[in-house]
Amino acid sequence: MKLGALLVAAGLAAAAWTGESDLLSRVPQASAAQPNPLENNREAERAGAKLFARECAACHGPDREGRGKAPRLDCSAVHQAAPGKLFWILRNGSLGYGMPSFAHLPETERWQIVTFLRSPAAPHPGASGPGR
Amino acid sequence: MQLTCTIVCGVAVLFLAAPCRAGEGPFFVTYTHQMEEPGNLEFTTKNAAGSPAGGNPFLASAAEFEYGMTGWWTSELYLDGQGTASEAALFTGYRWENRFRLLWREHWINPVLYVEFENINGADKTLLEVVGHDGVADLTAPAGQARLDKQREIETKLILGSYYKGWTIAENIIAEKNLAHAPFEFGYAVGVSRPLAAAAGPERCNFCRENFQAGVEMYGGLGTRDGFGLQDTSHYVAPTVSWTLANGTALSLSPGFGLTATSARFLLRFGISYEVAQFGRAVRGWFRGGHS
Repeated sequence: MKLGALLVAAGLAAAAWTGESDLLSRVPQASAAQPNPLENNREAERAGAKLFARECAACHGPDREGRGKAPRLDCSAVHQAAPGKLFWILRNGSLGYGMPSFAHLPETERWQIVTFLRSPAAPHPGASGPGR
Repeated sequence: MQLTCTIVCGVAVLFLAAPCRAGEGPFFVTYTHQMEEPGNLEFTTKNAAGSPAGGNPFLASAAEFEYGMTGWWTSELYLDGQGTASEAALFTGYRWENRFRLLWREHWINPVLYVEFENINGADKTLLEVVGHDGVADLTAPAGQARLDKQREIETKLILGSYYKGWTIAENIIAEKNLAHAPFEFGYAVGVSRPLAAAAGPERCNFCRENFQAGVEMYGGLGTRDGFGLQDTSHYVAPTVSWTLANGTALSLSPGFGLTATSARFLLRFGISYEVAQFGRAVRGWFRGGHS
């Protein structure tokens, strides 16, 4: 009986763990349907590129090519993902898989990152001009 | 020779690895539920300067090394020291703390469990927390005597954090126990802050509003298990501001004002943070003799 319960628990834990690797499919529908208020906004995309370089590039690579456990983000699955899904992942992270929550960023900044992530031909961070 | 090489290589890793945005808000005492990113190392100095009535002016400093073990576990080492006018400067001990995020999704209120072991002495004036009946008398005792008072303590905190419309709101409930003697001591810290701009501009910049955060924190003691309450406790209110440079270095400043007769009248806190992204990966690469 105890062994059975242990196996069930282990199975559930394994299912939860493997599920983390497919985060996009785990986003609640209500969150996925959230529209991006900055969709197709070029300035937001550039700001998102800057934020990506600061917050995300260390793990995902400066060109979103992915590194180690951090998946590649310059791919069609991300470009075509519902903005609400990307926003939800940024807010909640995936702690079991090593992705922290970025809820500490203001909501607008998170949408700026989403705008950048959905752009296949993104401007390279830092190409926008010198610092002030 | 080998030790020297190790230190030199370690420092090289620190400065050659990619920097990223440091700092977790403008607070000096209050913790939010924000964890360190896995593999990142943040180096912070937290300094407190004061001139307590009946004592000599002092400057206390804590060097903090914060490392993201996982997405839900952050570990930190503090090395404390202080210098008091007309007295010697001295190392006052170390602290090792761990923070564990209890819920894996973001909620309205997000709890984090904090557990710390402190091995400091009575001359420590960093005031990283105020508990029990801590007061200005602790800051005026001669360092030579105070250092003989060994304080090996376990400190626990329940950290509650929320983000609401750009505001960061945090509450800490503190319970501390001296392992040798003395009853549990209690304290609290609360803080609110927000960035001056909610959206980032497209350019890298030093002086744009998004790089500044302002807030206020309040902290103090709540007595002990045998004498719980506000009597003979010290409390402080402290406006705070932080400024993050384009290269990720963060500077913080906070003047603190004592609210009760047992509090120090004024404390000035200031600090600097620098975060090294993926420090763990860089070190692993260095030990393997390859590139990270």
